[in-house]
Amino acid sequence: MAELVINDLHVDVETESGPKPILHGVNLTINSGEIHAIMGPNGSGKSTLAYALAGHPKYTITSGSAQLDGVELTGLSVDDRAKAGLFMAMQYPVEVPGVSTSNFLRTAKTALDGQAPKVRTWPKIVTGALQRLEMDPSFAARSINEGFSGGEKKRGEIVQLDVLNPKFAILDEIDSGLDIDAVRIVAGGINRYADQGDRSVLLITHYTRILQYIKPSHVHVFVNGRIVESGGKELADELEVSGYDKYAKAVRV
Amino acid sequence: MSTITREQPRVSASEAFTSHLHPTPSWQSADHSMPTGREETWRFTPVKRFKPLMAEGPFGQINTITELPEGVTSRIVDAATAKELSFDPPVDLVAARAGEAAQTLVVEVAPEAAPGTPVVITTEGSDELASSQMIIRVGQQADVVIVLRRTGVAKLASKVEVQVAEGARVDIVTVQDWTAGSVHGGQYSVQIGRDAKVRSFQATIGLGDTRLVERIEYAGPGGELDQLGVYFVQAQQHVEHRLLVDHNYPHTVSHVDYRGALQGKGAHSVWIGDALIRKTAVDINTYETNKNLMLTEGCQADSVPNLEIETGEIRGAGHSSSTGRFDENQLFYLRSRGIPEDQARRLIVEGFFLDIIRRIGLPEIESRLVEALNVQLASIDDVSHDSLLGEDVEA
Repeated sequence: MAELVINDLHVDVETESGPKPILHGVNLTINSGEIHAIMGPNGSGKSTLAYALAGHPKYTITSGSAQLDGVELTGLSVDDRAKAGLFMAMQYPVEVPGVSTSNFLRTAKTALDGQAPKVRTWPKIVTGALQRLEMDPSFAARSINEGFSGGEKKRGEIVQLDVLNPKFAILDEIDSGLDIDAVRIVAGGINRYADQGDRSVLLITHYTRILQYIKPSHVHVFVNGRIVESGGKELADELEVSGYDKYAKAVRV
Repeated sequence: MSTITREQPRVSASEAFTSHLHPTPSWQSADHSMPTGREETWRFTPVKRFKPLMAEGPFGQINTITELPEGVTSRIVDAATAKELSFDPPVDLVAARAGEAAQTLVVEVAPEAAPGTPVVITTEGSDELASSQMIIRVGQQADVVIVLRRTGVAKLASKVEVQVAEGARVDIVTVQDWTAGSVHGGQYSVQIGRDAKVRSFQATIGLGDTRLVERIEYAGPGGELDQLGVYFVQAQQHVEHRLLVDHNYPHTVSHVDYRGALQGKGAHSVWIGDALIRKTAVDINTYETNKNLMLTEGCQADSVPNLEIETGEIRGAGHSSSTGRFDENQLFYLRSRGIPEDQARRLIVEGFFLDIIRRIGLPEIESRLVEALNVQLASIDDVSHDSLLGEDVEA
């Protein structure tokens, strides 16, 4: 099971001039096995939703709740949210010099499972995931994201998704900055994950391009810190033609 | 590592190189005044602690053991001969005292020698005031690894010169691994010949106070330097590295990367990274960086990168310096994968240092540095005490 229920979520971001409200009451239920796409213009607060759910210290949930399979996430530490089953692929994956991808994932897997993965099979697991994302096996020994191209970083996030296989994946603009081949490879990885059936995906994106490869069960339009419209795949098709102007204007009025 | 400064190079138009940062070198101790602490070059230093090294003496000798592979010889010369062999006279009173040593160890690597095992020089302090001078000369096209290990309790004024001839490849690893109560000051000079490649590691991992002036110059075009440093500083300890890379020939390259971890009240590190690009030094490339990780409150890291540029016709020149606690985004990233906070810190700090330690390529030295890192982290509450990357070094 992987059911995320977000109820009237309000979030502040920490700025130099003090906390600034970004999310103004987000309501969203994602049932097990569903893929929800959240689309919206730049600055609408889409990424804030992702960071707030994952627990980044710059974002404060001021009211509302978010429950994953009945577990309230808002009071949990970042790593406890991951242990509850949450995974977030970042728009700008972070470099950690001197820590190999293989070691990093083994440490994570050990923490998540409560026991270390078998030494004998572990390299094969990482190599297999790299190969599915069409990355050279040598990436396993390289420092996390260091010296990776933009596209390699994004594919690396999906490698991590593949290896850790969480219950629920938030993918924050996983498609931005990718060429068309990389979009296809990344989408393939997301589909393999979702096709397990009991996993759920919250796909945050600015563009409709990746939706040629991933079929969302639900599409939401996100403007000014809340969801202003929800529908099926046809809503994405409409956005492809008419853009976000209509929704942005409606909010201003 | 929360604050990062990147400065635009400061351009100096002076024709001749005159700088208050670098006093006129001299072998005469009378030419160097006893510092007060107000001088630019001494203002970060607790001068009082280093004063014994500048006294008139008498200085004893430090026990020195050499392990020389085939193609490498050594001899002892007197102060007058040492002066003739030297390319870089003392720049301060500590080095001048070292230069007065009655006996200087000269180690010579024959041209084209490529011994498969390193030259190992061990100096062992015995808590007596001592001076030590060494001149290491590497012949042209030679390929050699040199290890200088310093152990025991030291009250040491030292002077080390490494002359690298044309086309040679040299790794020089210096480990200050003193025990408590030590005080060590000195000058370390490297001259890089035409098209020679030098990798220089400076590890200050022990206890006591250390102040080293590290000077690099070139003897021809095309020389390359990788200068890497690691230091661990504990409560009340002073560790100072003052670098000058003098790009005095065209087409030369220097990369400097020093990383430190500080903990405990009164832990103090100083890193000065000066790069001088002379008017003749066209098409050079230099980058200097220093990063300090503050493991606890109450420590201080002074970090001063500085570029003096006399020609604009260069390939690149830059520097960066950062000092701070753990990076919030790195911590978040690791923790978002389920890694507990103390383990995330452990990964970050181990990775930060292993990134440099692994490049040494000498298992025995690498494991000593890893051991020292473990000691440095053993009393830090919010960092896991179990190594997470240790086996990477052994593998």
